[in-house]
Amino acid sequence: MTEVGRKRLSANRVLLLLLTVGAVSIASLAFVSHARNRLVSGKPVGFIQAAQLAHTAPVTLLAAGVLLLLAPFLFPARAGRWLSLLGSGLTLGGLGWVAGAAAIGLALTGSPSARTSLGAGFWIAAVMALLAAGDAAQRLRLPLSLIWLTALLMLGPFVLLLGLGELNQLSILKEFATRHDVFMAALLRHILLVAGALIPTVLLGIPLGVAAWRRESVRRIAFPILNVVQTIPSIALFGLLIAPLSSLSDAIPLLPRLGISGVGVAPAIIALVLYSMLPVVRNTTEGLAGVPATVQEAARGMGLTRRQSFWRVEIPLALPVILAGLRITAVQAVGLAAVSALIGAGGLGAIMFDGLFANALDLVLLGALPVIFLAVLVDLIFRVATGLTARWSA
Amino acid sequence: MRILRGPLPWLLLLLVVATVGMPATKPLFHAMFPALDRPMYEQDSFTALMLAHLWLAGVASLVATIVGVALGIFVTRPAGAEFRGMVETVAAMGQTFPPVAVLAIAVPVMGFGESPALIALALYGLLPIVRNTITGIETVPADTREAALGIGMSRFQMLARIELPLAAPIIVAGIRTSVIVNVGTAAIASTVGAKTLGSPIILGLSGSNTAYVLQGAILLALLAILLDVAFERLAMWLGGWRRPA
Repeated sequence: MTEVGRKRLSANRVLLLLLTVGAVSIASLAFVSHARNRLVSGKPVGFIQAAQLAHTAPVTLLAAGVLLLLAPFLFPARAGRWLSLLGSGLTLGGLGWVAGAAAIGLALTGSPSARTSLGAGFWIAAVMALLAAGDAAQRLRLPLSLIWLTALLMLGPFVLLLGLGELNQLSILKEFATRHDVFMAALLRHILLVAGALIPTVLLGIPLGVAAWRRESVRRIAFPILNVVQTIPSIALFGLLIAPLSSLSDAIPLLPRLGISGVGVAPAIIALVLYSMLPVVRNTTEGLAGVPATVQEAARGMGLTRRQSFWRVEIPLALPVILAGLRITAVQAVGLAAVSALIGAGGLGAIMFDGLFANALDLVLLGALPVIFLAVLVDLIFRVATGLTARWSA
Repeated sequence: MRILRGPLPWLLLLLVVATVGMPATKPLFHAMFPALDRPMYEQDSFTALMLAHLWLAGVASLVATIVGVALGIFVTRPAGAEFRGMVETVAAMGQTFPPVAVLAIAVPVMGFGESPALIALALYGLLPIVRNTITGIETVPADTREAALGIGMSRFQMLARIELPLAAPIIVAGIRTSVIVNVGTAAIASTVGAKTLGSPIILGLSGSNTAYVLQGAILLALLAILLDVAFERLAMWLGGWRRPA
């Protein structure tokens, strides 16, 4: 090996590690698993067998992706990184396509109730491909919001395959096909729960944050209470709200007709709002406190009234910090909304817990994966928005 | 007795009394929920549930702390510097994943039971600890390091006597986040087959037995608040010890 070659190999130990782990897991673990029906547990199908079932095109895509992933070992820094980034996207798509095509191949021989689900080998290799993309993006010194965006673009080939129906024989998509309407309703309910919690949080939390910034007494009372609420585990808070709310709805006959009772959407949103307050209130206070006194004096010196100065100087300068608080709250609410399915609020968590209680593993994935995806998407949206306002107010 | 000042010993006492004495409150729950045939969760003793809960969250947090601090130290050494970017990215991205979804995904990958829950909790709990270990070591001023090397400390001595002690408050803040999240997620782990304080809550919710829900929720909330207060004390102690005044 040449001196340069050795240097490139040792300068990419991260990529080397990811490729090794991916290759070992593909070689040793089940790539997909095949079961005669949804009740029996599946038999593992290795990668070689899956590739034989999948024919040429998917395997070629995967091979091309892996070759591009190797680019940093051959080419100098930046070009190699960009190729590697592209390669990880193609690898991910290739992995999915091989699995999907293998499932189609298996479906031809088996009965219609046969199911092919993704195996541990697939999952680990897919995670390694995503990490390789993250590493390449990070070495290209892309900011975190762009890293997220590239990660989403990496999923492009995958989404294309989904759209073309190449993955339809995989059990998670079969599960999706049979529950299409239920899934869409759950997704919508989930988004409504998060939005239904965020709107009151903003309307209550930001004024409270402003009040806490202005008055020491508000700070002394509000923060300890919100801190304790944030410490109580979500499932316990949901549980503690059930008893008072149901006795309230028993006592006041009007409330149940408005949909307010111990279980369902109302206690879920109340608990979500209680949880969401702390990051918003804290960041509003911190953001306003972070506005330099000299800037405030300059604004007064220019003849702005207190009110004008507040709206035109303090709030715009504090906005990035306030938005950061909203981002934490929104991401947190996506996860808490999933837990709220346990008190009958519905949403994606209902699909997930139905799967857990009925031992239907594809159903678990159908609920849990979109929850993660939604959290990532919300995080990305707020990061981009925060970046934009930071630039705008600077 | 300085230790008796503050809420910590009283909270601990309250938690122990509430856990051991919960069955004695049966008449109270009977009066509160006259419609329920069985107003007291009796499938397992609350003491056993509390210990199982502490075991699950405790082992997960311990593993997360050991691995997380070790990983944080590794990527801040010259030998591991190359992995730092990826570790930081994964830690930042992973923390946006909702813990309940991570817990649920563990089931298709590893099956039902206590050990998949333990692994999921430990993996998730790792993220804030790694992040804070890196940040903590990073905040040690460069001239402090130089002074340490200047008085003849080896790299290992510098890590053990300078970097880790100075980073301790930030590392402990990461462990605190991890422990509080683990205590909450361990309760939900009763849906994936682990016996915890979440068991009466889940059984109560699915069987509309509000008494079960309350019994589990009260103990769980008390436990989380106690741990948070304990970490608060630890942070104050570390802060005071860092700046002898």
